[in-house]
Amino acid sequence: MTAPPAPSAPPASRHPASGPAVPSPGRRPGAVRLGVVLGMGAILAFVVLASLSVGSNPIPLGRAWTLLLHPDGSQASVVLHDLRVPRTVVGLVVGAALGVAGSLMQSLTRNPLADPGFLGVNAGAGLAVVLAVAVAGLTGVWFYLWFAFAGAAAASVAVYALGVAGRQSATPVRLALAGMAISAALSALTQTVILADKTAFNEFRFWVVGSLEGRGWSVLAATGPFIAIGGLLALLLGPALNALALGDETGRALGVRVTRTRALTMIAVTLLCGAATAAVGPLTFVGLAVPLTARALVGTDQRWIAVACLVLGPAWLLAADVLARVVVAPEEVQVGIVSALAGAPFFVALVRRHKVAQL
Amino acid sequence: MTATSARPVSRVGASRSRRHVLWHVGGLSLRFERRAAWTYAVLTLFVCGLGLFALTLGDYGVDVPQVVAALLGRADDPLAQYFVTDVRAPRIVAALLVGAALGVSGAIFQTISGNPLGSPDVIGFSTGAATGALVAIIVGGASPSGVAVGAVLGGIAAAAAVYLLAWRGGVAGFRLVLVGIGVAAALRAVNALLVVKAPLDAAQAAEQWLAGSLNGASWSKLSWLGAALLVLTPITVGLFRGLAMLPLGDELAGGLGVRVQRLRLLVVLVGVALVALATAAAGPVAFVALAAPHLVRRLTRTGGIALAGAALMGAALTLASDVIAQRIFAPTQLAVGVVTGSLGGCYLIVLLALEWRRHRG
Repeated sequence: MTAPPAPSAPPASRHPASGPAVPSPGRRPGAVRLGVVLGMGAILAFVVLASLSVGSNPIPLGRAWTLLLHPDGSQASVVLHDLRVPRTVVGLVVGAALGVAGSLMQSLTRNPLADPGFLGVNAGAGLAVVLAVAVAGLTGVWFYLWFAFAGAAAASVAVYALGVAGRQSATPVRLALAGMAISAALSALTQTVILADKTAFNEFRFWVVGSLEGRGWSVLAATGPFIAIGGLLALLLGPALNALALGDETGRALGVRVTRTRALTMIAVTLLCGAATAAVGPLTFVGLAVPLTARALVGTDQRWIAVACLVLGPAWLLAADVLARVVVAPEEVQVGIVSALAGAPFFVALVRRHKVAQL
Repeated sequence: MTATSARPVSRVGASRSRRHVLWHVGGLSLRFERRAAWTYAVLTLFVCGLGLFALTLGDYGVDVPQVVAALLGRADDPLAQYFVTDVRAPRIVAALLVGAALGVSGAIFQTISGNPLGSPDVIGFSTGAATGALVAIIVGGASPSGVAVGAVLGGIAAAAAVYLLAWRGGVAGFRLVLVGIGVAAALRAVNALLVVKAPLDAAQAAEQWLAGSLNGASWSKLSWLGAALLVLTPITVGLFRGLAMLPLGDELAGGLGVRVQRLRLLVVLVGVALVALATAAAGPVAFVALAAPHLVRRLTRTGGIALAGAALMGAALTLASDVIAQRIFAPTQLAVGVVTGSLGGCYLIVLLALEWRRHRG
């Protein structure tokens, strides 16, 4: 953890390919990066089309396109407009949010084990959902959304207070410890409740795996604005995070305000991950694997990683969702399970083949 | 060190500086940090006191003089004798051994992965153990001992898979962490699938086991745990010197005479064996392995690894948690893993908060 990653020089002064004699794993020529991102974009387009067409009620691609532009009130048209399109859009938005949140989190803590839920977001959301069922007796996607969001926000504020307050700035290790401590305490409470309350356990076990089933426009309308703000913040933070990757001292010398950058990053992560978790449940592996994959493919420049995550996150999640609809059709598997089961072998193969630059 | 060399060398003696104390007897010398020594002494006292207190706790009241008499085998009351030596003592010893094993394995995995968030889960052990247990409970409907066997087999299989997948002419810490993330995620998905597809009762039984418990500890069950730890402890002590050099980086440690790859394999084997023993005895007790090394490091204010401290802290944390789990809602018993999570988490929160105030002041 101590070795800072190889810095990418700003684009103006970069020597493509013919730089140092031993190319560091963090350095990728701009053309390669662009090609990778465009390739991922093509995959994403393909997955979106598949997501519109595949399901227990398959709609051929050509017909799906016609119906998309000219709804005709037929059953296929209703399925497309009321189920497939909103579900696909939710998948796009949530996948992008989780991918970007993960890349920010790993950059902030310099730890590949830190998933975006690391600021206590997942633990807080989980406890809130369990309490909603056990204490308030509320069940249903819509209630879970608001409880999860409130729990996520409360937990991450607590982690923030513990990790940052009173000092010049939170060190990555301190933040990680604060997140770990609060998450452990909250999950222990969750576990106590679900061991005692069968209904809460039954609801929790389905919520916690994460699913896109039954998430529509209303879910998107509730969480979209938060994700939009968080995403914008993430893209603006890229240059500052790049400088901080060289270490706090160097970052400060390069004109970065360390405390402010860390605080803004945490706010962005909370908005993105909290809203995504509220919408579909905690999909930790997407938030872990997408940024690490992006890092292996486009190098260590945080700006490129954020852009790659914006494309790769939705592609990963929607591909998993399409698979989730077909593997045991006509039933469905939860997207969280498929995204990890299908994604993990790919991820392991990738980190074996490429040398991923240390965070 | 300069302070000691200036003194006339005596065969038996002690030298002191502000931070360190040095004792030497003949050719051997023992150097320790004052603060660390105090911390360990206080922790040891705490563990002994708490153990004695725990012997008096239970639905059948036994006071301290009677406990001492029972421990010496001279209690007047045969029932008190039975409860103290055959029911409560094995449970306390089990808590101490399980906690110590988890603490040491946590320190080991944090060192070889070079990651403060490292725990036996870095190598997929805990998730694999959960998979083994879930398969045994949900698919096989196994007995408690069958579940323990399933868990240990699952954990070892997962650890072997992570180690072999991370092997490319040697295992580097960072690649081990990344491969561990991938394998653990896949196993976690399998676990979720098993829990979601299982009938509600079986799923909740599995959840109960996953929380960890020290119920039903007995001397016969403890004997093999103790025997295995007797073998593992000297091996761990022997590996310590090399382990302490691993954080310097593979090249530098190699230059100092450490055979890095061989050492890393041995250390992983010891760490997995420790956590496997603990899991077989008490189920996957959460958070001890993760927190014990950090807690002791923050108390002693030293960097580096402290295996003995991690063992002491793990034992103290687990014993305190088990006492709370037994008595807080008595006669209802909580799972010890639930309490270790909340107690350890809260303790770490307090330590961090205190540090924050000190820095501000």
